[in-house]
Amino acid sequence: MVDGLDLELAPGRCHGLLGPNGAGKTTTLRLALGLIGADAGEIALMGHPMPQAGGAARRRVGVVPQTDSLDPDFTVRENLLTYGRYFGLPHAEMAARIPELLAFAGLEGKAEAPIASLSGGMKRRLTLARALINDPELIFLDEPTTGLDPQARHLIWQGLRRLIAQGKTLLLTTHFMDEAERLCDVISVMDRGRIIAQGSPRELIQAHIEPHVVEVYGEGLAAWRDCSAHFCRRCETVGETLFCYTDTPQAVVADLEAQGTAGLRYLHRPANLEDVFLKLTGRDLRD
Amino acid sequence: MIDLAWYPVWLRNFKVWRKLAGPSLLGNLADPLLYMLGLGYGLGGLLQRVDGVPYLNFLAAGMLCYSVMNSATFETLYSAFSRMHVQKTWEAILNTPLGLKDVLLGELAWATSKAMLSGAAILLVIWSLGLQADFAMSLALLPVVVLTGFCFAGLGLAINAVSPNYDFFLYYFTLAITPMVLLGGVFYPPSALPDWLATAAGWLPLTHAIELARPLVLGRWPEMPVWHGAVLVAYGVAGFAASLVLTRRRLLR
Repeated sequence: MVDGLDLELAPGRCHGLLGPNGAGKTTTLRLALGLIGADAGEIALMGHPMPQAGGAARRRVGVVPQTDSLDPDFTVRENLLTYGRYFGLPHAEMAARIPELLAFAGLEGKAEAPIASLSGGMKRRLTLARALINDPELIFLDEPTTGLDPQARHLIWQGLRRLIAQGKTLLLTTHFMDEAERLCDVISVMDRGRIIAQGSPRELIQAHIEPHVVEVYGEGLAAWRDCSAHFCRRCETVGETLFCYTDTPQAVVADLEAQGTAGLRYLHRPANLEDVFLKLTGRDLRD
Repeated sequence: MIDLAWYPVWLRNFKVWRKLAGPSLLGNLADPLLYMLGLGYGLGGLLQRVDGVPYLNFLAAGMLCYSVMNSATFETLYSAFSRMHVQKTWEAILNTPLGLKDVLLGELAWATSKAMLSGAAILLVIWSLGLQADFAMSLALLPVVVLTGFCFAGLGLAINAVSPNYDFFLYYFTLAITPMVLLGGVFYPPSALPDWLATAAGWLPLTHAIELARPLVLGRWPEMPVWHGAVLVAYGVAGFAASLVLTRRRLLR
Protein backbone atom coordinates (compact mmCIF):
# COMPACT_ATOMS: atom_id res chain seq x y z
CA MET A 1 0.00 0.00 0.00
CA VAL A 2 1.26 3.46 -0.80
CA ASP A 3 -0.47 6.70 0.05
CA GLY A 4 0.10 10.34 -0.83
CA LEU A 5 3.30 9.49 -2.65
CA ASP A 6 4.94 12.36 -4.52
CA LEU A 7 8.10 11.37 -6.33
CA GLU A 8 9.83 13.11 -9.18
CA LEU A 9 12.94 11.72 -10.86
CA ALA A 10 15.52 14.17 -12.17
CA PRO A 11 17.23 12.95 -15.34
CA GLY A 12 20.76 11.68 -14.92
CA ARG A 13 20.53 11.27 -11.16
CA CYS A 14 20.47 8.21 -8.99
CA HIS A 15 17.42 8.11 -6.76
CA GLY A 16 17.13 5.87 -3.76
CA LEU A 17 13.95 4.53 -2.22
CA LEU A 18 14.77 3.49 1.30
CA GLY A 19 12.45 1.79 3.68
CA PRO A 20 11.91 -1.20 5.94
CA ASN A 21 10.23 -4.33 4.58
CA GLY A 22 6.66 -3.59 3.62
CA ALA A 23 7.23 0.17 3.35
CA GLY A 24 5.86 0.15 -0.22
CA LYS A 25 9.09 0.33 -2.21
CA THR A 26 8.25 -2.45 -4.65
CA THR A 27 4.65 -1.26 -4.91
CA THR A 28 5.97 2.16 -5.89
CA LEU A 29 8.07 0.62 -8.66
CA ARG A 30 5.13 -1.46 -9.91
CA LEU A 31 2.92 1.61 -9.98
CA ALA A 32 5.55 3.58 -11.86
CA LEU A 33 5.94 0.76 -14.41
CA GLY A 34 2.21 0.68 -15.00
CA LEU A 35 1.91 -2.92 -13.79
CA ILE A 36 -0.76 -1.85 -11.35
CA GLY A 37 -3.08 1.13 -11.41
CA ALA A 38 -3.42 3.67 -8.64
CA ASP A 39 -6.79 4.29 -7.01
CA ALA A 40 -6.13 8.01 -7.16
CA GLY A 41 -3.50 10.38 -8.44
CA GLU A 42 -1.43 10.62 -11.59
CA ILE A 43 1.65 8.71 -12.67
CA ALA A 44 3.80 9.49 -15.69
CA LEU A 45 6.73 7.40 -16.90
CA MET A 46 9.00 8.90 -19.56
CA GLY A 47 6.21 11.41 -20.15
CA HIS A 48 3.58 8.73 -20.77
CA PRO A 49 0.49 8.44 -18.59
CA MET A 50 0.47 5.19 -16.61
CA PRO A 51 -0.79 2.57 -16.66
CA GLN A 52 -2.53 3.41 -19.97
CA ALA A 53 0.65 3.84 -22.03
CA GLY A 54 2.69 1.26 -20.14
CA GLY A 55 4.03 -0.49 -23.22
CA ALA A 56 5.34 2.66 -24.88
CA ALA A 57 6.93 3.93 -21.67
CA ARG A 58 8.57 0.61 -20.74
CA ARG A 59 10.25 0.52 -24.15
CA ARG A 60 12.73 3.10 -22.79
CA VAL A 61 13.05 1.66 -19.29
CA GLY A 62 15.17 -1.17 -17.90
CA VAL A 63 14.13 -3.21 -14.87
CA VAL A 64 16.22 -5.32 -12.49
CA PRO A 65 13.61 -7.20 -10.45
CA GLN A 66 14.11 -8.35 -6.91
CA THR A 67 13.77 -12.07 -7.61
CA ASP A 68 15.78 -13.99 -10.17
CA SER A 69 13.77 -14.38 -13.35
CA LEU A 70 16.45 -15.54 -15.77
CA ASP A 71 15.45 -18.34 -18.12
CA PRO A 72 17.14 -21.45 -16.68
CA ASP A 73 16.80 -23.35 -19.96
CA PHE A 74 18.79 -20.78 -21.92
CA THR A 75 22.44 -19.82 -21.99
CA VAL A 76 23.62 -16.35 -20.98
CA ARG A 77 23.52 -15.15 -24.58
CA GLU A 78 20.11 -16.70 -25.27
CA ASN A 79 18.74 -14.98 -22.18
CA LEU A 80 19.79 -11.61 -23.55
CA LEU A 81 18.47 -12.36 -27.06
CA THR A 82 15.15 -13.63 -25.75
CA TYR A 83 14.64 -10.61 -23.53
CA GLY A 84 15.57 -8.22 -26.34
CA ARG A 85 12.92 -9.79 -28.57
CA TYR A 86 10.26 -8.70 -26.08
CA PHE A 87 11.32 -5.15 -27.00
CA GLY A 88 11.10 -5.98 -30.69
CA LEU A 89 14.82 -5.37 -31.15
CA PRO A 90 16.30 -6.66 -34.41
CA HIS A 91 18.59 -9.65 -34.01
CA ALA A 92 21.57 -7.92 -35.64
CA GLU A 93 21.36 -4.97 -33.27
CA MET A 94 21.28 -7.27 -30.25
CA ALA A 95 24.08 -9.48 -31.53
CA ALA A 96 26.25 -6.38 -31.91
CA ARG A 97 25.37 -5.17 -28.43
CA ILE A 98 25.76 -8.40 -26.48
CA PRO A 99 29.60 -8.49 -26.25
CA GLU A 100 29.51 -4.96 -24.84
CA LEU A 101 26.84 -5.94 -22.30
CA LEU A 102 28.75 -9.06 -21.26
CA ALA A 103 31.89 -6.98 -20.77
CA PHE A 104 29.91 -4.49 -18.71
CA ALA A 105 28.62 -7.31 -16.52
CA GLY A 106 32.03 -8.95 -16.21
CA LEU A 107 30.70 -12.02 -17.99
CA GLU A 108 33.12 -12.15 -20.91
CA GLY A 109 33.60 -15.71 -22.05
CA LYS A 110 30.34 -16.76 -20.40
CA ALA A 111 28.10 -16.18 -23.41
CA GLU A 112 27.43 -19.87 -23.93
CA ALA A 113 27.32 -20.78 -20.23
CA PRO A 114 24.10 -22.27 -18.86
CA ILE A 115 22.43 -20.22 -16.13
CA ALA A 116 22.81 -23.01 -13.58
CA SER A 117 26.61 -22.66 -13.79
CA LEU A 118 26.56 -19.00 -12.71
CA SER A 119 27.11 -17.78 -9.16
CA GLY A 120 24.54 -15.58 -7.43
CA GLY A 121 26.58 -12.48 -8.20
CA MET A 122 26.94 -13.43 -11.87
CA LYS A 123 23.19 -13.97 -12.16
CA ARG A 124 22.53 -10.53 -10.71
CA ARG A 125 25.02 -8.96 -13.11
CA LEU A 126 23.40 -10.80 -16.00
CA THR A 127 20.01 -9.52 -14.85
CA LEU A 128 21.49 -6.02 -14.88
CA ALA A 129 22.91 -6.57 -18.38
CA ARG A 130 19.51 -7.91 -19.47
CA ALA A 131 17.87 -4.71 -18.24
CA LEU A 132 20.23 -2.74 -20.50
CA ILE A 133 19.48 -4.65 -23.71
CA ASN A 134 17.16 -1.88 -24.94
CA ASP A 135 19.66 0.88 -23.99
CA PRO A 136 17.18 2.39 -21.53
CA GLU A 137 17.28 5.99 -20.33
CA LEU A 138 15.80 5.06 -16.97
CA ILE A 139 16.65 1.96 -14.95
CA PHE A 140 14.65 0.57 -12.04
CA LEU A 141 16.55 -1.62 -9.61
CA ASP A 142 14.63 -3.43 -6.90
CA GLU A 143 17.10 -4.39 -4.16
CA PRO A 144 19.86 -5.16 -6.65
CA THR A 145 22.38 -6.46 -4.12
CA THR A 146 20.20 -8.29 -1.60
CA GLY A 147 21.71 -11.68 -0.84
CA LEU A 148 25.10 -10.97 -2.39
CA ASP A 149 28.46 -11.16 -0.65
CA PRO A 150 30.54 -7.96 -0.26
CA GLN A 151 32.72 -8.67 -3.30
CA ALA A 152 29.69 -9.21 -5.50
CA ARG A 153 27.99 -6.09 -4.13
CA HIS A 154 31.02 -3.97 -4.98
CA LEU A 155 30.97 -5.26 -8.55
CA ILE A 156 27.30 -4.29 -8.91
CA TRP A 157 27.99 -0.85 -7.44
CA GLN A 158 30.84 -0.36 -9.88
CA GLY A 159 28.45 -1.13 -12.73
CA LEU A 160 25.80 1.22 -11.38
CA ARG A 161 28.33 4.04 -11.01
CA ARG A 162 29.29 3.60 -14.65
CA LEU A 163 25.64 3.86 -15.64
CA ILE A 164 25.28 7.04 -13.60
CA ALA A 165 28.42 8.39 -15.28
CA GLN A 166 26.84 7.62 -18.67
CA GLY A 167 23.97 9.91 -17.72
CA LYS A 168 21.36 7.23 -17.06
CA THR A 169 18.63 7.91 -14.53
CA LEU A 170 18.43 5.28 -11.79
CA LEU A 171 15.72 4.49 -9.29
CA LEU A 172 17.02 2.07 -6.71
CA THR A 173 15.24 0.46 -3.80
CA THR A 174 17.36 -0.88 -1.00
CA HIS A 175 17.51 -1.38 2.69
CA PHE A 176 21.29 -1.16 2.73
CA MET A 177 22.18 2.30 3.96
CA ASP A 178 25.75 2.14 2.74
CA GLU A 179 24.50 1.30 -0.73
CA ALA A 180 22.19 4.30 -0.77
CA GLU A 181 24.83 6.57 0.72
CA ARG A 182 27.42 5.55 -1.87
CA LEU A 183 25.26 5.65 -4.97
CA CYS A 184 22.32 7.97 -4.57
CA ASP A 185 22.11 11.68 -5.24
CA VAL A 186 18.62 11.86 -3.78
CA ILE A 187 17.09 9.57 -1.21
CA SER A 188 13.46 9.20 -0.30
CA VAL A 189 12.88 7.43 2.99
CA MET A 190 9.61 5.50 2.90
CA ASP A 191 7.65 4.04 5.74
CA ARG A 192 4.14 2.61 5.80
CA GLY A 193 3.50 3.69 2.23
CA ARG A 194 4.56 7.31 2.62
CA ILE A 195 7.71 9.28 1.96
CA ILE A 196 8.78 10.60 5.33
CA ALA A 197 12.01 12.34 4.36
CA GLN A 198 13.78 13.34 1.18
CA GLY A 199 17.15 14.80 0.28
CA SER A 200 20.76 13.99 -0.48
CA PRO A 201 22.46 11.65 2.02
CA ARG A 202 24.31 14.60 3.51
CA GLU A 203 21.19 16.74 3.75
CA LEU A 204 19.30 13.96 5.46
CA ILE A 205 22.04 13.48 8.02
CA GLN A 206 22.27 17.22 8.66
CA ALA A 207 18.55 17.71 8.87
CA HIS A 208 17.63 14.76 11.02
CA ILE A 209 20.47 13.82 13.25
CA GLU A 210 23.36 15.05 15.38
CA PRO A 211 26.67 14.86 13.55
CA HIS A 212 28.42 12.42 15.90
CA VAL A 213 27.58 9.10 17.46
CA VAL A 214 29.33 7.45 20.36
CA GLU A 215 28.32 3.85 20.86
CA VAL A 216 28.97 2.70 24.40
CA TYR A 217 28.78 -0.89 25.56
CA GLY A 218 30.23 -3.35 28.02
CA GLU A 219 30.26 -3.61 31.81
CA GLY A 220 29.61 -0.45 33.76
CA LEU A 221 27.24 0.87 31.13
CA ALA A 222 24.38 1.15 33.60
CA ALA A 223 26.46 3.30 35.96
CA TRP A 224 27.70 5.58 33.20
CA ARG A 225 24.27 5.91 31.59
CA ASP A 226 23.01 8.04 34.47
CA CYS A 227 25.53 10.80 33.88
CA SER A 228 25.60 10.54 30.11
CA ALA A 229 22.70 12.96 29.70
CA HIS A 230 25.02 15.88 30.37
CA PHE A 231 26.96 15.31 27.20
CA CYS A 232 24.51 13.72 24.79
CA ARG A 233 21.76 15.58 23.05
CA ARG A 234 19.90 12.34 22.60
CA CYS A 235 20.49 8.82 23.92
CA GLU A 236 19.02 5.55 22.80
CA THR A 237 19.56 2.10 24.21
CA VAL A 238 19.39 -0.84 21.87
CA GLY A 239 20.03 -4.17 23.47
CA GLU A 240 23.22 -3.73 25.42
CA THR A 241 24.50 -0.74 23.51
CA LEU A 242 23.91 2.92 24.28
CA PHE A 243 23.83 5.19 21.25
CA CYS A 244 24.83 8.67 22.27
CA TYR A 245 24.03 11.33 19.63
CA THR A 246 25.98 14.52 20.17
CA ASP A 247 27.51 17.70 18.72
CA THR A 248 30.43 17.51 21.13
CA PRO A 249 31.86 14.02 20.96
CA GLN A 250 35.12 15.14 22.58
CA ALA A 251 33.31 15.78 25.86
CA VAL A 252 31.70 12.35 25.80
CA VAL A 253 34.93 10.60 24.94
CA ALA A 254 36.84 12.56 27.57
CA ASP A 255 34.32 11.59 30.22
CA LEU A 256 34.44 7.94 29.15
CA GLU A 257 38.24 8.00 29.34
CA ALA A 258 38.11 9.72 32.71
CA GLN A 259 35.82 7.10 34.11
CA GLY A 260 38.42 4.53 33.28
CA THR A 261 35.93 1.84 34.14
CA ALA A 262 37.30 -1.48 33.10
CA GLY A 263 35.00 -3.20 30.63
CA LEU A 264 33.27 0.00 29.43
CA ARG A 265 34.04 0.29 25.75
CA TYR A 266 33.06 2.81 23.15
CA LEU A 267 33.16 3.59 19.44
CA HIS A 268 33.09 7.13 18.17
CA ARG A 269 31.98 7.61 14.59
CA PRO A 270 30.31 10.22 12.39
CA ALA A 271 26.55 9.89 12.08
CA ASN A 272 25.44 8.05 8.97
CA LEU A 273 22.33 7.35 7.00
CA GLU A 274 21.52 4.31 9.09
CA ASP A 275 21.19 6.51 12.17
CA VAL A 276 18.77 8.73 10.25
CA PHE A 277 16.88 5.74 8.99
CA LEU A 278 16.50 4.16 12.41
CA LYS A 279 15.49 7.47 13.95
CA LEU A 280 12.82 8.01 11.31
CA THR A 281 11.45 4.50 11.01
CA GLY A 282 12.05 3.23 14.53
CA ARG A 283 13.91 0.19 15.71
CA ASP A 284 11.05 -2.28 15.89
CA LEU A 285 11.22 -5.26 13.56
CA ARG A 286 9.09 -5.27 10.41
CA ASP A 287 7.96 -8.46 8.80
CA MET B 1 -3.50 -4.82 -38.47
CA ILE B 2 -3.05 -8.14 -36.75
CA ASP B 3 -1.38 -7.74 -33.38
CA LEU B 4 1.58 -10.12 -33.22
CA ALA B 5 3.06 -8.72 -30.01
CA TRP B 6 2.66 -12.19 -28.47
CA TYR B 7 4.96 -13.81 -31.01
CA PRO B 8 8.21 -13.40 -28.96
CA VAL B 9 6.50 -15.24 -26.09
CA TRP B 10 5.59 -18.10 -28.41
CA LEU B 11 9.11 -18.09 -29.82
CA ARG B 12 10.67 -18.24 -26.34
CA ASN B 13 8.66 -21.34 -25.52
CA PHE B 14 9.44 -22.88 -28.88
CA LYS B 15 13.18 -22.34 -28.41
CA VAL B 16 13.11 -23.95 -24.98
CA TRP B 17 11.08 -26.85 -26.34
CA ARG B 18 13.53 -27.35 -29.21
CA LYS B 19 16.29 -27.99 -26.68
CA LEU B 20 14.31 -30.85 -25.18
CA ALA B 21 12.41 -31.91 -28.27
CA GLY B 22 13.63 -35.52 -28.25
CA PRO B 23 11.91 -36.83 -25.13
CA SER B 24 8.96 -34.54 -25.76
CA LEU B 25 8.31 -35.90 -29.24
CA LEU B 26 8.78 -39.45 -28.04
CA GLY B 27 6.16 -38.86 -25.34
CA ASN B 28 3.80 -37.31 -27.88
CA LEU B 29 4.08 -40.32 -30.12
CA ALA B 30 4.82 -43.33 -27.95
CA ASP B 31 2.20 -42.82 -25.28
CA PRO B 32 -0.91 -42.62 -27.43
CA LEU B 33 0.56 -45.14 -29.87
CA LEU B 34 0.86 -47.71 -27.07
CA TYR B 35 -2.69 -46.96 -25.94
CA MET B 36 -3.96 -47.28 -29.45
CA LEU B 37 -2.14 -50.49 -30.27
CA GLY B 38 -2.65 -52.07 -26.86
CA LEU B 39 -6.32 -51.27 -26.58
CA GLY B 40 -6.97 -51.44 -30.29
CA TYR B 41 -5.57 -54.91 -30.76
CA GLY B 42 -5.95 -56.23 -27.20
CA LEU B 43 -9.49 -55.08 -26.53
CA GLY B 44 -10.30 -55.02 -30.22
CA GLY B 45 -9.58 -58.74 -30.40
CA LEU B 46 -12.37 -59.41 -27.91
CA LEU B 47 -14.86 -57.08 -29.56
CA GLN B 48 -16.39 -57.82 -32.89
CA ARG B 49 -17.09 -54.42 -34.39
CA VAL B 50 -17.91 -51.08 -32.84
CA ASP B 51 -20.13 -48.75 -34.84
CA GLY B 52 -19.64 -51.08 -37.75
CA VAL B 53 -15.85 -50.84 -37.90
CA PRO B 54 -12.94 -52.70 -36.25
CA TYR B 55 -12.28 -51.37 -32.75
CA LEU B 56 -8.85 -49.98 -33.66
CA ASN B 57 -10.41 -47.82 -36.40
CA PHE B 58 -13.10 -46.68 -33.96
CA LEU B 59 -10.55 -45.87 -31.27
CA ALA B 60 -8.32 -43.81 -33.59
CA ALA B 61 -10.41 -40.60 -33.47
CA GLY B 62 -10.79 -40.92 -29.71
CA MET B 63 -7.06 -41.25 -29.21
CA LEU B 64 -6.45 -38.31 -31.54
CA CYS B 65 -8.68 -35.97 -29.52
CA TYR B 66 -7.53 -37.37 -26.19
CA SER B 67 -3.91 -36.82 -27.11
CA VAL B 68 -4.53 -33.26 -28.33
CA MET B 69 -6.47 -32.47 -25.16
CA ASN B 70 -3.74 -33.89 -22.93
CA SER B 71 -0.99 -32.03 -24.71
CA ALA B 72 -2.73 -28.64 -24.48
CA THR B 73 -3.71 -29.30 -20.87
CA PHE B 74 -0.26 -30.33 -19.64
CA GLU B 75 1.34 -27.37 -21.38
CA THR B 76 -1.04 -24.81 -19.87
CA LEU B 77 -1.03 -26.36 -16.42
CA TYR B 78 2.38 -27.71 -15.46
CA SER B 79 4.60 -25.94 -17.98
CA ALA B 80 2.85 -22.58 -17.90
CA PHE B 81 2.70 -22.74 -14.10
CA SER B 82 6.46 -23.25 -13.98
CA ARG B 83 6.96 -20.21 -16.16
CA MET B 84 4.46 -18.09 -14.25
CA HIS B 85 5.05 -19.12 -10.67
CA VAL B 86 8.42 -20.82 -10.34
CA GLN B 87 10.69 -19.24 -12.93
CA LYS B 88 8.96 -15.83 -12.87
CA THR B 89 9.29 -15.73 -16.65
CA TRP B 90 5.97 -13.92 -17.01
CA GLU B 91 6.98 -11.28 -14.48
CA ALA B 92 10.19 -10.66 -16.39
CA ILE B 93 8.20 -10.24 -19.61
CA LEU B 94 5.75 -7.85 -17.97
CA ASN B 95 8.63 -5.45 -17.26
CA THR B 96 9.11 -5.09 -21.04
CA PRO B 97 6.72 -3.35 -23.43
CA LEU B 98 4.62 -6.53 -23.59
CA GLY B 99 1.48 -6.78 -21.50
CA LEU B 100 -0.32 -9.63 -19.82
CA LYS B 101 -2.58 -10.10 -22.83
CA ASP B 102 0.48 -10.70 -25.00
CA VAL B 103 1.92 -13.19 -22.51
CA LEU B 104 -1.32 -15.16 -22.34
CA LEU B 105 -1.90 -15.03 -26.09
CA GLY B 106 1.64 -16.32 -26.60
CA GLU B 107 1.00 -19.16 -24.15
CA LEU B 108 -2.36 -19.92 -25.80
CA ALA B 109 -0.76 -20.05 -29.23
CA TRP B 110 2.11 -22.14 -27.93
CA ALA B 111 -0.08 -24.70 -26.16
CA THR B 112 -2.23 -24.93 -29.29
CA SER B 113 0.92 -25.50 -31.33
CA LYS B 114 2.08 -28.28 -29.05
CA ALA B 115 -1.35 -29.86 -29.19
CA MET B 116 -1.17 -29.72 -32.99
CA LEU B 117 2.16 -31.49 -32.83
CA SER B 118 0.64 -34.28 -30.75
CA GLY B 119 -2.28 -34.42 -33.13
CA ALA B 120 0.05 -34.62 -36.11
CA ALA B 121 1.91 -37.53 -34.50
CA ILE B 122 -1.34 -39.48 -34.05
CA LEU B 123 -2.47 -38.60 -37.56
CA LEU B 124 0.76 -40.06 -38.89
CA VAL B 125 0.01 -43.28 -37.01
CA ILE B 126 -3.55 -43.31 -38.34
CA TRP B 127 -2.35 -42.79 -41.89
CA SER B 128 0.49 -45.25 -41.70
CA LEU B 129 -1.80 -47.96 -40.30
CA GLY B 130 -4.41 -46.99 -42.88
CA LEU B 131 -7.10 -46.55 -40.24
CA GLN B 132 -8.85 -43.79 -42.16
CA ALA B 133 -11.63 -44.66 -44.56
CA ASP B 134 -10.86 -41.82 -46.94
CA PHE B 135 -7.53 -40.00 -46.94
CA ALA B 136 -8.84 -36.76 -48.44
CA MET B 137 -11.60 -36.61 -45.87
CA SER B 138 -9.18 -37.34 -43.05
CA LEU B 139 -7.35 -34.11 -43.93
CA ALA B 140 -10.34 -32.32 -42.45
CA LEU B 141 -9.10 -33.65 -39.11
CA LEU B 142 -6.41 -30.95 -39.15
CA PRO B 143 -8.76 -28.06 -38.32
CA VAL B 144 -10.44 -30.29 -35.71
CA VAL B 145 -7.06 -30.74 -34.06
CA VAL B 146 -6.48 -26.97 -34.05
CA LEU B 147 -9.90 -26.25 -32.53
CA THR B 148 -9.50 -28.94 -29.89
CA GLY B 149 -6.05 -27.72 -28.96
CA PHE B 150 -7.27 -24.13 -28.73
CA CYS B 151 -10.24 -25.17 -26.59
CA PHE B 152 -8.19 -27.01 -23.97
CA ALA B 153 -5.39 -24.44 -24.01
CA GLY B 154 -7.90 -21.73 -23.11
CA LEU B 155 -9.47 -23.83 -20.37
CA GLY B 156 -6.06 -24.83 -18.99
CA LEU B 157 -4.88 -21.23 -18.74
CA ALA B 158 -7.94 -20.39 -16.65
CA ILE B 159 -7.17 -23.24 -14.24
CA ASN B 160 -3.52 -22.22 -14.15
CA ALA B 161 -4.51 -18.71 -13.13
CA VAL B 162 -6.20 -19.85 -9.92
CA SER B 163 -3.82 -22.63 -8.94
CA PRO B 164 -1.80 -22.13 -5.74
CA ASN B 165 0.52 -25.07 -6.54
CA TYR B 166 1.05 -28.09 -8.78
CA ASP B 167 -1.13 -30.33 -6.61
CA PHE B 168 -4.15 -28.20 -7.37
CA PHE B 169 -4.13 -29.48 -10.96
CA LEU B 170 -5.24 -32.90 -9.72
CA TYR B 171 -8.67 -31.39 -9.07
CA TYR B 172 -8.93 -30.46 -12.71
CA PHE B 173 -7.74 -33.86 -13.84
CA THR B 174 -10.04 -35.73 -11.49
CA LEU B 175 -13.10 -33.54 -11.92
CA ALA B 176 -12.81 -32.56 -15.58
CA ILE B 177 -10.27 -34.45 -17.65
CA THR B 178 -10.93 -38.00 -16.41
CA PRO B 179 -14.73 -37.71 -16.74
CA MET B 180 -14.22 -36.40 -20.26
CA VAL B 181 -11.96 -39.28 -21.19
CA LEU B 182 -14.41 -41.83 -19.83
CA LEU B 183 -17.68 -40.20 -20.91
CA GLY B 184 -16.70 -38.22 -23.98
CA GLY B 185 -16.52 -41.15 -26.33
CA VAL B 186 -12.79 -41.88 -26.48
CA PHE B 187 -13.13 -45.62 -25.84
CA TYR B 188 -16.77 -46.31 -26.68
CA PRO B 189 -19.65 -44.45 -28.30
CA PRO B 190 -21.60 -42.24 -25.85
CA SER B 191 -24.71 -44.06 -27.08
CA ALA B 192 -23.53 -47.01 -24.96
CA LEU B 193 -24.14 -44.90 -21.86
CA PRO B 194 -27.49 -44.47 -20.07
CA ASP B 195 -29.42 -41.51 -21.45
CA TRP B 196 -28.82 -39.17 -18.52
CA LEU B 197 -25.10 -39.83 -18.61
CA ALA B 198 -24.93 -39.38 -22.37
CA THR B 199 -26.79 -36.07 -21.98
CA ALA B 200 -24.31 -34.96 -19.36
CA ALA B 201 -21.45 -35.98 -21.64
CA GLY B 202 -22.95 -33.70 -24.29
CA TRP B 203 -21.83 -30.74 -22.20
CA LEU B 204 -18.20 -31.77 -22.25
CA PRO B 205 -15.96 -30.19 -24.88
CA LEU B 206 -14.10 -33.43 -25.61
CA THR B 207 -17.40 -35.02 -26.68
CA HIS B 208 -17.77 -32.36 -29.36
CA ALA B 209 -14.21 -32.81 -30.57
CA ILE B 210 -14.83 -36.54 -30.98
CA GLU B 211 -18.20 -35.93 -32.67
CA LEU B 212 -16.21 -34.08 -35.31
CA ALA B 213 -13.19 -36.36 -35.53
CA ARG B 214 -14.76 -39.82 -35.48
CA PRO B 215 -16.93 -39.54 -38.60
CA LEU B 216 -14.00 -37.98 -40.46
CA VAL B 217 -11.82 -41.01 -39.69
CA LEU B 218 -14.62 -43.35 -40.62
CA GLY B 219 -15.32 -41.60 -43.92
CA ARG B 220 -18.48 -39.59 -43.18
CA TRP B 221 -19.07 -35.89 -42.78
CA PRO B 222 -19.91 -35.04 -39.16
CA GLU B 223 -23.45 -34.11 -38.28
CA MET B 224 -23.78 -30.48 -37.16
CA PRO B 225 -20.10 -29.62 -37.69
CA VAL B 226 -20.68 -25.91 -37.11
CA TRP B 227 -22.36 -26.56 -33.78
CA HIS B 228 -19.57 -28.80 -32.50
CA GLY B 229 -16.92 -26.40 -33.72
CA ALA B 230 -18.72 -23.48 -32.10
CA VAL B 231 -18.86 -25.30 -28.76
CA LEU B 232 -15.09 -25.88 -28.87
CA VAL B 233 -14.44 -22.25 -29.77
CA ALA B 234 -16.83 -21.06 -27.05
CA TYR B 235 -15.13 -23.13 -24.35
CA GLY B 236 -11.70 -21.95 -25.49
CA VAL B 237 -12.70 -18.28 -25.67
CA ALA B 238 -14.46 -18.42 -22.31
CA GLY B 239 -11.44 -20.09 -20.72
CA PHE B 240 -9.05 -17.59 -22.22
CA ALA B 241 -11.18 -14.61 -21.20
CA ALA B 242 -11.34 -15.97 -17.66
CA SER B 243 -7.57 -16.50 -17.64
CA LEU B 244 -7.02 -12.86 -18.60
CA VAL B 245 -9.11 -11.61 -15.69
CA LEU B 246 -7.84 -14.15 -13.17
CA THR B 247 -4.16 -13.91 -14.06
CA ARG B 248 -4.36 -10.12 -13.92
CA ARG B 249 -5.83 -10.43 -10.46
CA ARG B 250 -3.07 -12.83 -9.50
CA LEU B 251 0.01 -11.07 -10.87
CA LEU B 252 -0.90 -7.42 -11.30
CA ARG B 253 -2.23 -6.14 -8.04
